[in-house]
Amino acid sequence: MHNLIRFFQKNYFVLLFLLLEIVSVLLLVSYQPYHNRIASSVMGDFAHSFLNIRSNIVGYFHLKTENKRLVEENTHLLNFIEHSRHDTLKKAGQTDSIFTFIPARVVNITTHYRTNYIVINKGTEDGIEQNMGIISSEGVVGIITDVSKHFATAMSLLHKQIHVSVRFKNNHHLAQVQWEGRNPEIGIIRHIPTHLTLLEGDSVVTSGNSFLFPEGVLVGTIKKLITSENEDLNAATIRFATDFNSLRQVYVLKNTFRSEFDSLINKQRHEE
Amino acid sequence: MKNSFFLNSIRFVVLLLFQVLILNHIRLNGFINPYVYILFILLLPLNISGWLLLILGFFTGLSVDLFMGTPGLHAGATVFMAFMRPTIIRVLSRGKDLEKIVEPSINTMGSSWFFFYSLFLVSLHHIVLFFFEAFNMNQLGDTLLRIVASIPVSEIFILLIVYFFRSQKKS
Repeated sequence: MHNLIRFFQKNYFVLLFLLLEIVSVLLLVSYQPYHNRIASSVMGDFAHSFLNIRSNIVGYFHLKTENKRLVEENTHLLNFIEHSRHDTLKKAGQTDSIFTFIPARVVNITTHYRTNYIVINKGTEDGIEQNMGIISSEGVVGIITDVSKHFATAMSLLHKQIHVSVRFKNNHHLAQVQWEGRNPEIGIIRHIPTHLTLLEGDSVVTSGNSFLFPEGVLVGTIKKLITSENEDLNAATIRFATDFNSLRQVYVLKNTFRSEFDSLINKQRHEE
Repeated sequence: MKNSFFLNSIRFVVLLLFQVLILNHIRLNGFINPYVYILFILLLPLNISGWLLLILGFFTGLSVDLFMGTPGLHAGATVFMAFMRPTIIRVLSRGKDLEKIVEPSINTMGSSWFFFYSLFLVSLHHIVLFFFEAFNMNQLGDTLLRIVASIPVSEIFILLIVYFFRSQKKS
C-alpha cells in the first residue's frame, strides 16, 4: 500500500497526463457527427450564444453585400410569382410545394476541417428537426445533424461523409456529389458513365429523390471533366454554387409530409 | 505570485478571444488556420507545478473546443503539449541557470532559445491535433500536408505577438 502511494506520488505527472488524454479521446470519440450532444448541452449552448453575439456584430460589416444578395433573390422570387400566375390553372391539380422555408442566420461556420459544420440561430422552438436540408439563395448548403432549443448544427457540403443526390440539368442523369476534401469551393462527382456528354459549366441540381431538398435546387456547375483511361467511369469536379466563406443567410427546408414519408419507408423496411 | 496569477488570467482571456473571434475565421489557402492560443501554455511560469500545467492545458484546449464544436480535439493536443513542456525546457536549457528566471520569454531566455522552444511545442501540438482530427491513417498524406503547412503559420503568428509585446514593455 505504501509502495503504491509512493508510486502515485512519483509518477503523478505521467498518470495525470494519461488520464486527461484518455478523457480527451473519449470526448472526441463520443462526438458522433449524426448524434452529437454538444449542441444540446449547456456548454454548447453557452458557446453558441457567444458566437451569436459575434455574428450580430460582424453582421453589420456585411450588410451591403447581404442587401445586394437579398435584392437579387427578391427579383428572382418576383419573377417566379409572375410565372406561376400564368400556370396556376395548369398546376391546380398537382400541388408539389411540400416544402416550407424557415429563414435562419449562420452563427458559426468552419471550412478548414475535413468535417465541417454550420451552426444556425434557429432550434426546436422554431420547428427545426434533425435531417432537414439547408439552402442559401445561391444553392445547397447542408443537412441538419443536431438541434438544441435555440440553435441547430448542420454538416455542410464540406464534410467528408456527405453525399448529395443530384441530377445533371441537361440530361437528367442521376449522380452523387461529394466534397473534394480541401478546397471549400470544389466538389466531386464520381462514377459518371462514359456515354454521357457533359460540358464544363453545366448545372448540377438536386434530384428530388430525398426528402431533404426539393427538385432542381442548384448545387454547382461542372468545373472540369476527368476522363479515366482504364475504367469505364468518368468523374467531374464541380464548383459549388454556395460560397461558404461568405455564407450568412440560409433557409431550412421543412418537408410537410416528412412523418408520412418516414412511416411509409419504415413499413417497407419491416416487410423486408 | 498574485501578480503572475492576474497577468496569466488576462493573457488567457485575451488569447482565447483573439483565437475564437478573429483567427478562427481566417483561412489561409482555404485550410490553414493559425492556432495562437497555445502561447498561453508557452508563457506560463517555469516553476509551475506539474498537475496545474496539465489541468491548465486541458482546460485551455477545451475552451477552444467549446467554440469550435470539436470536444476533445484541442484539449488532447494541448494536454500533450503541456506534458512535453518540462522536457523541452530541460533539453533546451542544459547548462543554463533557471533559478532566477520566473517566466520564459525572449527577454529572459534569448531569441534563439524562445524560437526553438516555441517551434518544438507548436510542432508537437499540431502533430497531435491533426492526427486526432483525422483519427485514422488513411489520409496520411493529407494529414502530413496540413501539419507541415500549419506549423510555420502558427509559429510566425506566435513570434510576432511575442515580439510586439516585448517592444511595448521596453518603451
